[in-house]
This record gives sequence, C-alpha cells and structure tokens, in this order.
Amino acid sequence: MNIKKTSLHNLHQQYNAKFVEFAGYEMPIQYKEGIVEEHKFTRNHCGIFDVSHMGQLYIYGDDQLLEDLEKIFPIDLKNLKLNHSKYSFLMNADAGIHDDLIVTKIEGGVIIILNAACKNSDFEILQKTLGGKYKMVLDDEKSLIAIQGPQSSKILDELIPGVNDLSFMSGNWFEFQGSKTFITRSGYTGEDGFEISLENSKIEQLTNNLIEKGAKLIGLGARDTLRLEAGLCLYGHELDINKTPIEANLKWAISKKRIEEKNFLGSEKILTQINEGVQNIRVGIKPEGRIIAREKTKIFNEEDNLVGEVTSGTFGPSVNGPVAMGYVNKDFSKKDTKIFLEVRGKKYPANICGLPFYKKSYVKGVN
Amino acid sequence: MSEVKYSKEHEWIKLDGDVATIGITQHATEMLGDIVFVELPEIGSSVEKDGNAGVVESTKAASDVYTPVSGEVVENNQAIVDDPGKVNSDPENEAWFFKLKIKDKAELDSLMNKDEYDKFAKESGS
Repeated sequence: MNIKKTSLHNLHQQYNAKFVEFAGYEMPIQYKEGIVEEHKFTRNHCGIFDVSHMGQLYIYGDDQLLEDLEKIFPIDLKNLKLNHSKYSFLMNADAGIHDDLIVTKIEGGVIIILNAACKNSDFEILQKTLGGKYKMVLDDEKSLIAIQGPQSSKILDELIPGVNDLSFMSGNWFEFQGSKTFITRSGYTGEDGFEISLENSKIEQLTNNLIEKGAKLIGLGARDTLRLEAGLCLYGHELDINKTPIEANLKWAISKKRIEEKNFLGSEKILTQINEGVQNIRVGIKPEGRIIAREKTKIFNEEDNLVGEVTSGTFGPSVNGPVAMGYVNKDFSKKDTKIFLEVRGKKYPANICGLPFYKKSYVKGVN
Repeated sequence: MSEVKYSKEHEWIKLDGDVATIGITQHATEMLGDIVFVELPEIGSSVEKDGNAGVVESTKAASDVYTPVSGEVVENNQAIVDDPGKVNSDPENEAWFFKLKIKDKAELDSLMNKDEYDKFAKESGS
C-alpha cells in the first residue's frame, strides 16, 4: 500500500518534521522543538494541527435523513440546532464502538468527522445501514486543520473575521481567499480552538498565514499528550469494538431522550448497562511517583489481584507528571482508590482520579 | 583520565582510575526526544557488560540503558531522576547516569573512540 501524504506535507518538511506512519498517512509526530515544547506552546499560545488524514464525510438529505441517522447515532439530531455539533459514536448492535466522531448538522445534511483509520469502513457501514438512500461523499479534496490554544480565536479572527462569534461545538461557512470554508469551534486538546475545513489548494496558504500571526505547527506526539491530559479518548486505545460508550464512561454523550426512545443501534445494550451497571469502566490514573505506565500496563489492587489495564499513558507536560487512563473493575473505579501498576516487573502505587488531569481556567472571550 | 569511549547502544564511558562514569550520548537524546523519566541502577548492585542498567523514557516510549562494561555501581546521578530534562540539555557532561567500579579494563578495548562513534551514529541514523 502506498503511504499517503496530506497537502501540508511540504510545509511539514520545511519545518523539520519527524514523520511517522499513522493510519496509512505519513504524518508529523513532532517538529524541531519537540513534544514538550509543542505541548506547552499549544496550552499557552496557539498550535496548528494537520488533521487532514481524518475523514470528512458529507451526507446529503432532508428530515428523513435525520430520522434515519437517529437510528444509528444516539444523539437528538432532530432538535440539534443548525450548524451545531455533537460528539457521538458509530456502534454495532451490541453497542461496540466502530468509531467515535463529530456530527454537525448543516443546511442540506450533515458533516461527520471520522478517525483516519476507520473512515473507509465507517463509510461502508453507514452506506449499508442507510440503504444507499442518500448521497454520501468522503471528501478528500478538502484538508482539515485544527488550531488550538488561548490565542486561537484572536489569530484566526484576524484572517477570517467572524469566527470569534462561534460558540463551542458550533460552526459556520466562511470565506478564505475566495474559497468557502467550514469552520467549527471545537478541538481535542482541552483548549479553545477551531477546526477548519478548506480546499487542498488553499490550505498551505492559510497555514502559512497562521504561522505569520504567531501560531506554530504541532505534531501528533503533542496532540496525544494534550488529549490525554484533557481526559479525552483515542480510538484504538480507550475505544474499540469490544467496548461500549457506557464502559468508556461517555454516557454524557448519549441523549436522554434517545435512551428513552430505545431505537438506535446498540440501544438495548446501552439501556441494560445503564440499569445494571458495567463490569469494567474507564478511569483516570495518577501514578504516585514519576513512573510512566504505558498502554497495556497491568493494574492490580492492594490484594495483588489483577483488576484492569492501562489504555494510554504518558508524561503530561502541563501536569508535570505521569498521567494515564485505563479500564478497571467497577469495584476499584472510585476516585482515590489505591491501585498498583506493573511496570518492568515491579509494582508502583497509583490512584484512581477524576478527569480531566488538566483543566483550563481560560474564559472564552478573554484574549 | 583516559579518553571517552562509546558503545553501539549509544552510551559514553569515561574512565578515571578504576571508576568509570557512564551516560547516554547527545545523538541518543536527539533520537529519543524529550526525556521525562530516568531509572538508574542501585548503588551497590552489580551490572554485566551489555546488560540492563536503567531506563530512559521520552514522551513517546521507554528505552533500556545498557552498560558498556561490567562492574559495581558506586554512584548514581539523582539529579537526573529529579529533573530528567537535564539529560537533553547536557547528556555528555552534567547528566551522567552512574559510576562503576569496573572489573576488567580490557572490556573497554572493544568500544569506539569519538571519530568512530560519530561515523557509526551517522551511518546507523537510528
């Protein structure tokens, strides 16, 4: 299989990116300054992330489309305001997660942002489930960048006036150099920010303009430390086909109304798990010392019984210490429960903790 | 004091009498990225040539540290345990890892000198 490149590949090279293969794409893991500096820059200023490898799926249709999509996604699409977004999941009948995604209701249909590794299979599943009734386009003529951090709104508003008026989890059409661009106020770092969808031929220019205004390119390495500090799930780690949104502690993303209606894919299992509880649940984990518990680290209780496994773990630059997430038996999922992490054959103490690890005191509108 | 020698595992070693100071090279730190965790062998423990003698972790991954010669650990550098970032800023000087009372000076003969190591690092690239 040929490794794919995004439209910003040349720019990444120009900024001395180190590349890794990610979901079939050659993507920058970091630039010259390294993950810790890139992470801190995003928290304090404004980072630019090339997320063009992610899927931008347009599905065109009327009210019947929303009706049909509600049979798939556990969100209240009918009552969702135009140009507003919801975090959701594509599940199988057992509520196992095929992918986590963002649905935005637009004039004439929806835009769904999909994970790179899942986008093609998601497309097939959705096409099959919707019975081929609607026009669906997985748009590879548009790039996608995220800009994140407290300076984002100021910087972007100078280039594309009006974006600062967007509220969190909503979007709109804007114009850049004569091209239409859909911009949402969203992101995956725990910071204020935007995701900008723009045609491939214009994305390098926009990115260069953002850099001129003081933003910096940030690699996937810092994207991972930022999202982990923010307590956000990454598909393939916290989420997969053998886990449900309830086990993933993401019940907040499922509409109450839709649970009562019980008519979406996986709803029976979701309802059962809400009523009866789950065996294992996702938690935040804070090691007591500096030890880093990576993915697959085994978790033990005080009696030395295996009670869970880490799904992501790293050093959090803003927390200035190690952070992790994982699944543990529900009896050991309470905040402040003492657990032990087995790293290189030794057991190290840690505590179950609330998420996120890092919470921004940033107030929207203050620059 | 003898010249600094280098191993294929990207450690440097400097001998002073029968005590060797060991650390990781500048090239190694550039490959690893930001170092955020260091584990060192305990004082009094014995380590064998090419055996494990600690761990360094970057934001990305954990890597073993090997000892290029055998000996008994007589000192370890707690300063880099408390502030692992020092390894990135001064790996071949202040941020040494541990000191060994070495068993057999002949073990140093197979190691590389500076020119040989620079060439090796450039060619191996990783």
